[in-house]
Amino acid sequence: MTEEKKEMRLIELKGLTKTYGQGAAEFEALRGIDLQIDQGEFLSIMGPSGSGKSTLMNLLGCLDQPTTGSYLYEGIAVEGLDAVQRSLLRRYAMGFIFQGFNLLARTSAIENVELPLLYRGIRRGERHELARNALHSVGLQGKEKNSPAELSGGQQQRVAIARAIVTNPSTLFADEPTGNLDSSTTLEIMELLTRLNAERGISVLMVTHEDEVAKYARRVIRVTDGLIETDTGVTRERAEVLT
Amino acid sequence: MIAMLANAFLIALREIRRNLARAFLTVLGIIIGVSAVITMVTMGDGTTEAVKKQISDLGSNLLMLRPGVGFGPRSSSAGVPKFSETDVEAIANQISGIAAVAPVRSVSMSTIYRQEARSSQVTGTSIDYFDINKWIIEEGRIFSDDEVQRGDAVAVIGDTVREELFGTEDPIGKKIRVGQASLQVIGLLKAKGQVGMGDQDDTIIVPLATMQRRLGGKSSARDISQISISAEDDADSDRLISEISLLMRQRRNLQSNQADDFNVFDTRQIAETLSSSTKMMTMLLGAVAGVSLLVGGIGIMNIMLVSVTERTREIGIRLAIGATAREVLWQFLVEALTLSCVGGLIGVGMGYLFCIVLAPLIQVDFVFNSEINLLAFGFSALVGIVFGFAPARRAARLDPIDALRHE
Ligand SMILES: Nc1ncnc2c1ncn2[C@@H]1O[C@H](COP(=O)(O)OP(=O)(O)O)[C@@H](O)[C@H]1O
Ligand SMILES: [Mg+2]
Repeated sequence: MTEEKKEMRLIELKGLTKTYGQGAAEFEALRGIDLQIDQGEFLSIMGPSGSGKSTLMNLLGCLDQPTTGSYLYEGIAVEGLDAVQRSLLRRYAMGFIFQGFNLLARTSAIENVELPLLYRGIRRGERHELARNALHSVGLQGKEKNSPAELSGGQQQRVAIARAIVTNPSTLFADEPTGNLDSSTTLEIMELLTRLNAERGISVLMVTHEDEVAKYARRVIRVTDGLIETDTGVTRERAEVLT
Repeated sequence: MIAMLANAFLIALREIRRNLARAFLTVLGIIIGVSAVITMVTMGDGTTEAVKKQISDLGSNLLMLRPGVGFGPRSSSAGVPKFSETDVEAIANQISGIAAVAPVRSVSMSTIYRQEARSSQVTGTSIDYFDINKWIIEEGRIFSDDEVQRGDAVAVIGDTVREELFGTEDPIGKKIRVGQASLQVIGLLKAKGQVGMGDQDDTIIVPLATMQRRLGGKSSARDISQISISAEDDADSDRLISEISLLMRQRRNLQSNQADDFNVFDTRQIAETLSSSTKMMTMLLGAVAGVSLLVGGIGIMNIMLVSVTERTREIGIRLAIGATAREVLWQFLVEALTLSCVGGLIGVGMGYLFCIVLAPLIQVDFVFNSEINLLAFGFSALVGIVFGFAPARRAARLDPIDALRHE
């Protein structure tokens, strides 16, 4: 019973803090975060600007390192990993989506999606196949050869999502994925993330400050001044956003 | 490891294709630098080589005796007596270690064959002249002793004279008009080629007596403007020079307080003067080329630095999706190496192309200089690698999130 429960656990944070700068410029962006996230969750992190959402997200995605505290990802103590091991963890278990898309310019959609597969050393034929499938699953069939400049914002974010899921990660990290998009495109992207979460069982951890977006998540945590203020816990339905 | 390198190569090639303009400019910088250095230095070497060859064509142990006060550009032969045939005999008989002596009297004259007319350098001399100056007979023969004694109307012509006057016709046995006289062509000299000092093949050689009696008239007993002397192989040319000087001072009745009114020098002295000046030229050309190599290098540096922001963000993306710092570094190293090598190879190729086109134009030989190839190639490769790689090294050390945030 406990065994099974342990396997369900995706993330466990204890007393996580992050301090930027040194001396007089020192700033404690996170002041002690305790958080458990299970596999398959769709979690939304909300909060006012500057509250520490992105900082938390970057720590969770191993893009940055905490100052103190412990972080278990799928049972692995992340704070004990070196840079190469963190790279490999990102490569094999995590996918990222950013507010600014972060696609390689002058590079076709399919080559952008192939990028993480290149680092996995997957052969050409399979690489193409996987990348094309990923683009199809985000609804971008026929746009394989387009470069980011030839795609709309929503389409670019879809390419980024395809790139994030092409390696079949267990978790998708999304920092304000709809921050640069208009409202109808936002809905499309959120529907896509919801479908990936429901159909593929990919855990989705998302930062947003928009209620419209947050309500797609089944759990919402609210961060203020580097601390978790409220946590809805996992609800059966999509989260009812508290105001 | 192999797999990782192959992967780095694949990714680097994609990166080059993605940034073709940047790659092109980088390669261009290297091409310009490398080809300039190779062209300049090869041309310089070719000139040096040509001068050396010309000097060795003159004969390695050749001495020249000329009338004149002072040496080099400031020498003056105005009012100074020339040499007589007895001077030539005295040198041949009284000084040991001499292989051959020839009097030389050179005048520029008009030459005509049928419709073709031109002006050529006509030299009156003896049979030894051919040996001393390393002339080889291509066709026909040189003068006989009798012809020299009698001053017969015969001439041996250089290849330029043949080409200008006769074209495709065989010159041997034909009569040409030189000045007032009609001379029969009995021999054709093998071409020495046209080199820096002027066309050596534009020459007509006749017996000295022929010149004195048939061409210009004998003005005085002292009508020889130069005496060419070839030393025996093991003779010490410094000793020869001082002995000839002493002999000439006696024969010209110079008092001990009077300076020489003639010059004796050997080809080694000419060779040293000339080759030191061509070496200077090579160095100068090399310096000019070095500057263009540097400019090419700065171009590369500039392009690489301009793209640092974009590259840093790109490295952030790669790190975020799971590339390790090592993989990113290898990718950049391979990219820089590929561009440098491609640029270097094209540069070497272009350098040779320029050389092949330029060498006949400025009339020098084409000399391969492997050192300068390696140097030019190595330098630009170094520039390409250092400036392609250094920003990447810095960026790959960042946390991915810092690299992504880079403005
Ligand atoms: N690299 C950094 N250096 C210094 N301070 C930072 C850095 N990143 C974020 N901060 C500070 O930490 C706080 C939290 O930032 P962030 O997590 O980006 O907020 P949010 O994403 O919730 O808007 C802010 O006050 C911000 O100024
Ligand atoms: Mg933020």
